[in-house]
Amino acid sequence: MLRALRPNPRLLNWFYGFAPPERGAILLRQRRVYIVPTRLGWMFAATLGLLLLGSINYSLALGFVLTFALAGTGFAGMVHTARNLAQLTVTARRAEAVFAGERAQFRLELDNRAPFDRPAILARHVASGTQMVAHIAARSVAEAALAVPAARRGRLALGRVMLETRFPLGLFRAWSYVEPDTACIVYPKPERSALPPSSPHATAGAIRAQATGNDDFAGLRGYQRSDSPRHVAWKAYARSDRLLTKQFSGEAAAELWLDWSLLPAHLHAETRLSRLTGWVLDAQQSGARYGLRLPGREIAPGRGDAHRAACLQALALYGLP
Amino acid sequence: MSAVLPAAHPLAPEQREVTARDLAGLIVALLLVATPHALRAPWWLVLLTLGLYAWRVAVLVNRWALPRRALLLLVTAAAMLGVWLEYRMIFARGPGIVLLLLFSGLKLLETRTHRDAAVVAFLCCFLIITNFLYSQSIATALLMAAALAAITATLVGCNAPGRAWRANLRSSALLLAHAAPAALMLFLLFPRVQGPTWGLPQDAHAGVTGLSDTMSPGDVSQLAQSDALAFRAEFAGPIPSTRQRYWRGPVLWDFDGRSWRAGVTLLTTPPRAPQGGRTYRYAIVLEAHQRNWLFALESASQAPAGARFTVDGQIVTVQPVRARLRYDMLSVADGQPDPDEREVLLRRALRLPAEGNPRARALAAEWRRAARTDGELLARGIEYFRDARFSYTLEPPLLGRDSVDEFLFTARSGFCEHFASAFAFLMRAAGLPARVVTGYLGGDPNPVDGILTIRQSDAHAWVEVHVDGRGWTRIDPTAAAVPGRLDFGLARAVPADAGLPLLMRPQLEWLRGLRHNWEALVHQWNLRVLGYNTERQREFMAWLGVERADWRDLAAALSTALGAFALGLLAWSVQRHARRDPVQAAWRRFCSKLAARGITRALQEGPRDYAERAARRLPGAGDAIRRIGALYVDLRYGKDCPRGAIHDLAQRVRDLRLA
Repeated sequence: MLRALRPNPRLLNWFYGFAPPERGAILLRQRRVYIVPTRLGWMFAATLGLLLLGSINYSLALGFVLTFALAGTGFAGMVHTARNLAQLTVTARRAEAVFAGERAQFRLELDNRAPFDRPAILARHVASGTQMVAHIAARSVAEAALAVPAARRGRLALGRVMLETRFPLGLFRAWSYVEPDTACIVYPKPERSALPPSSPHATAGAIRAQATGNDDFAGLRGYQRSDSPRHVAWKAYARSDRLLTKQFSGEAAAELWLDWSLLPAHLHAETRLSRLTGWVLDAQQSGARYGLRLPGREIAPGRGDAHRAACLQALALYGLP
Repeated sequence: MSAVLPAAHPLAPEQREVTARDLAGLIVALLLVATPHALRAPWWLVLLTLGLYAWRVAVLVNRWALPRRALLLLVTAAAMLGVWLEYRMIFARGPGIVLLLLFSGLKLLETRTHRDAAVVAFLCCFLIITNFLYSQSIATALLMAAALAAITATLVGCNAPGRAWRANLRSSALLLAHAAPAALMLFLLFPRVQGPTWGLPQDAHAGVTGLSDTMSPGDVSQLAQSDALAFRAEFAGPIPSTRQRYWRGPVLWDFDGRSWRAGVTLLTTPPRAPQGGRTYRYAIVLEAHQRNWLFALESASQAPAGARFTVDGQIVTVQPVRARLRYDMLSVADGQPDPDEREVLLRRALRLPAEGNPRARALAAEWRRAARTDGELLARGIEYFRDARFSYTLEPPLLGRDSVDEFLFTARSGFCEHFASAFAFLMRAAGLPARVVTGYLGGDPNPVDGILTIRQSDAHAWVEVHVDGRGWTRIDPTAAAVPGRLDFGLARAVPADAGLPLLMRPQLEWLRGLRHNWEALVHQWNLRVLGYNTERQREFMAWLGVERADWRDLAAALSTALGAFALGLLAWSVQRHARRDPVQAAWRRFCSKLAARGITRALQEGPRDYAERAARRLPGAGDAIRRIGALYVDLRYGKDCPRGAIHDLAQRVRDLRLA
């Protein structure tokens, strides 16, 4: 019956008692924890039936004691299984951006406020089947990392995650669904191609070479937030306690425009975005100052990791709402 | 990046391989349940099973491959053949159980995943219940409880691999603790059906010691060397004296020169109660002896429900006593028996084989000639046994065809069956109707609970002679020949080294004291745990206030009790666990202390401002309040938390006096 319900999300929402996506910390209330016997559970029930028949047939008082003790254990096991999942709090952490074709590393914080530990809790990403088993110690937080394949550029929402446990006896399976409001930015898959030719005009997207050669150390200047850590003068920092950035004469002078319109017009929009992504990576590597120009969007030339991230995000979300 | 494969379910038991720890738990459980069976099973099968367990351990330790299924099938076939050769049957209790034991080893050798481990655990449960077919003693119960704990711990271990075994043990202990109330409710209230409902295998009730309906020389003396329990008797008032404690069992009528047999018995209405004498009310808890007679103090005057009297004063049931049975009795000791008896029975009580035992016949004929009345004849017989200086022994010599002659004139030593047999023969030969009564004499009162324990070692045989005008009169020739037997029991009557059961030896007094306590415990166990049946269940319900409860009342009571328990357990499982924050708790306490003085913190007011405002309003405690505010701000927003700062804050809040 559950299988039949699965494709209809609205019915599922009603059934599971929450409307996705959920913001903030999600508390797994009892209402959201479902429990059914596993195949082993049914086998256990059959064993109990046979033991009961044997006890009746042979009038075995201790046979009854055994059967009832096992039945009680099974019942307590059911409650303990539900308890292992109930009252758990799930919070999604920010996922680092990835390129299309890679796996988005979603991390869920499983917060156990109870004074008992919660062993063997499975977190499974329903859509992709990615899963991992977590053991959450008493009064502590564990992390479930789900590497979800990111196929297309854009904003990848985490979607539905199932949390499941069979602890302590394996006779019952308790599970719950959460759908935290978290997404991962997926950059377009980079396509490597030669950087656009340099040109004296800024609009042509060329490197305006200065008199001095490339990559020659030209001195130190004050650190700015957007500077790459690779260019920080760490030795100077150790001496003076001031963050300084090494400056190179070549890069200081180069300025590059990565322009959508520079690419051949017959190319598909996605391919253009992939090319531009490749350019951004190459330009970043070359150390040049570069700007990005997309239809309706322009990012002024800059440098550094934050600039790179801004460019890539613009490419990832281009044309998307 | 690789494509996403439909991943195997990591919690599914068939996906997870067993670890050394899981296997160790399984083997411990198996050894616990197999130990009692190993004492009964054929030695080769025990060795084979242990060998299979050891093989599985070796596979684990040496990282061998598990054996092929074909090889296991071969072992199975060979073992089944062996069992068939041993028992000549397969579908019976004995062979069935040893095969189950063997299968546990075979399944262990197949065990690769947690699913297999669970199957072995379930198999263990079956092996536990098969142990109860043989013994339901306290010791067995404790052993099996240990096995159940091992099974539970193993299952928990399988479901939490990589968790510390101590934590798993705690989890399984908690499980069992939560299971116990439910198990108790089910035990008390689950509607019981009186078994057996289906057929029992042919050897279901084998190997029980006890009296039988025949008696040959040597039978009773052999039985008397057994320490096994026959029954227990619980008297409502005082216990009758040792001399009066004749527990009547099968009455033997037919003699073939060597053995006495009960022959055909007829049922009758309850006999007229003996006149005079003293009435005793008592309850008997009879061990299952697979025969259909009940024991009662002579002379019983009321049969328990479902039992009938026979013409010779036995009490019999329709079905053999297959389970421990408790019944209430009423007996009259030393009363005047009914003087009348049917002619046909008197003739039967005179019948003797046509020939054999000539010397005894001659002696009897001589008594007959000399005696003028039946009474005189009887007195002469008793006198003969008193004066003949027979010796009383647990190891009587083997007797041949003329057993009475050989006992009286050659061997001159024997046990009570020899005395009774010879006396009854002499009386019949002399023309007085006589019959042999078997049963038990005496019994050991337990000073702890006042309950009388009657063992097989108390087995006895005596004679009843029918004297005109007096009816059937009990004569105990053993008592006449060996007076000590009657008053002091078997232990004083036979020579000291005569192979008595260990605990009947008089020198082991301290051991007997210990045993009395143990016996009292066992009696309660038998009565309250093992003897809990439909009737007891009805009594329990009556105690709860439901008279004449049927299964519907029981089901209602059970579901109510279990429902309440389940609700309690569920409430326990969903309790919320607020994060304990001692800093916040101290701060709240501080705020409420100030609020009690009318300084309530405004919602938008920061802790520093609030403390400053409060300090100005209460200059007496100003420093203390400012200090608390600063401490709180440090702990909440500061970089690091100095050791003891939290405690310091809590202490300061507690000590804050706002006079």
